[in-house]
Amino acid sequence: MSTQVEIPTRTRLAMFVRLLAIQGAWNYETLLGNGIGFCVEPALRLLPGGQDGPAYRSALARQSQYFNAHPYMASVAVGALARAELDGEAPARIERFRTALCGPLGSVGDRLVWAAWLPACSVAALAAFGFGVGTGGVLLVFIGIYNAGHVALRAWGLSAGLEHGMRVASALGGPVLRRGPAHLAQAAALIGGIALPLALDQVIGPGRALFGIVLGAVALGGVVLARLHGRAEGWKIGIGLLALFVLYSVAR
Amino acid sequence: MTDLAQLLPLALLGAVFGLDVVSFPQAMISRPLVAATAAALLLGDPVRGLLVGATLEMFALETLPFGASRYPEWGSAAVIGGSLFTLHDNTSAGALTVAVLAALSAAWIGGWSMVQLRKLNAILARQRHEAVAAGSKRVVEGLQVFGLTADLLRGGLLTMVLLALFTPVQQYVLGTWNSDPRVSRAVVVGVAASVAAGAVWKVVHAAPGARWLMLVGVAVGLALVAMR
Repeated sequence: MSTQVEIPTRTRLAMFVRLLAIQGAWNYETLLGNGIGFCVEPALRLLPGGQDGPAYRSALARQSQYFNAHPYMASVAVGALARAELDGEAPARIERFRTALCGPLGSVGDRLVWAAWLPACSVAALAAFGFGVGTGGVLLVFIGIYNAGHVALRAWGLSAGLEHGMRVASALGGPVLRRGPAHLAQAAALIGGIALPLALDQVIGPGRALFGIVLGAVALGGVVLARLHGRAEGWKIGIGLLALFVLYSVAR
Repeated sequence: MTDLAQLLPLALLGAVFGLDVVSFPQAMISRPLVAATAAALLLGDPVRGLLVGATLEMFALETLPFGASRYPEWGSAAVIGGSLFTLHDNTSAGALTVAVLAALSAAWIGGWSMVQLRKLNAILARQRHEAVAAGSKRVVEGLQVFGLTADLLRGGLLTMVLLALFTPVQQYVLGTWNSDPRVSRAVVVGVAASVAAGAVWKVVHAAPGARWLMLVGVAVGLALVAMR
């Protein structure tokens, strides 16, 4: 068995920085495909023949085709595909592996980041606002906590992919990825429940009677919107309601 | 706001936050809480930015950027909302309502503009398909740089044009506003919190015990409000 090609720290760093721009050319035909090629490219320079050699060109072409995944979890694919190319795996095998990665990396990332981590950080920041924490503190809570998870996830993904290559599926079975979304959703539920009354009070200001009326309206509105799940978007309904209120306030 | 010296820095901010939504670096500095506060900071009053940012954040909780779905573009929209709100003093009764409505409309238009950019990226990718299939580094990197640059310009132009358009409308509306200031705020934050409550419920309801945790959270939140 041949020894693994060592990937220099500089190349890993270049790949990581490029990962931050992986969706730069996102489009409805190749989706993330070009971004994957863009991120894998620094590692492909280590292939026999170097940059612009036949191995480099065919690998870059292969990696720039259609691909779909969550943008943060795509780091796993970038690392694993770079490793597979450097290990000299057969092109057909790499293509099959590439196709197989799309589904899991999309669903795991969506559940962990968009449906759990982002809302949890958002309601935590709203809670900080509701508690009267200063501007800098609220921003620090949101940007600090969110990006600690964001950067760690991208860095872990790239590292796990480069380490495991085509056996990266084992890394995707870790407890954080399997049970993390449920725990984060529970945290978001508790913090969100605390945050909403506090944030409401912070914006409206003093006066219990008005607060009580708004709270009742919010409870009713929230239930209606939750029941309309998938059939109507609350923010669009909000535009309509606010436009009506503006018209009323101007015309009365 | 029609003064270029005031518009340009805000347009630059809108460009940077618009870019963050999808293209680079997706660190969520484009979330309304951050973007509106930054715009207001530029105009000298970050606290007012935080107020409008928190209200917009409640709407944004509902629109998470899942894959190829179409969603509002909050980055430049929040810069617009934060700027419009900061331009008026606290005695303007409808300032928050108008700023939030303008930001929501901008988010909608911004979402549409992102779709157009994605279509343009697709056209370019199709035209350069052969070069990509031949493994051309220059073309792969060129497509990426084009998409990033175009997205930066998109956010900047959107912010500049909409701020220039919305400012006179806002001045007219606030000049003829006849609703009570506290009721005006209560309406906008009530609508925002309804959207947020529905959104949090939709996100968490499937997790074990989350329904009860949310109810406990609301009870704790209400108790804390009562103790103020």
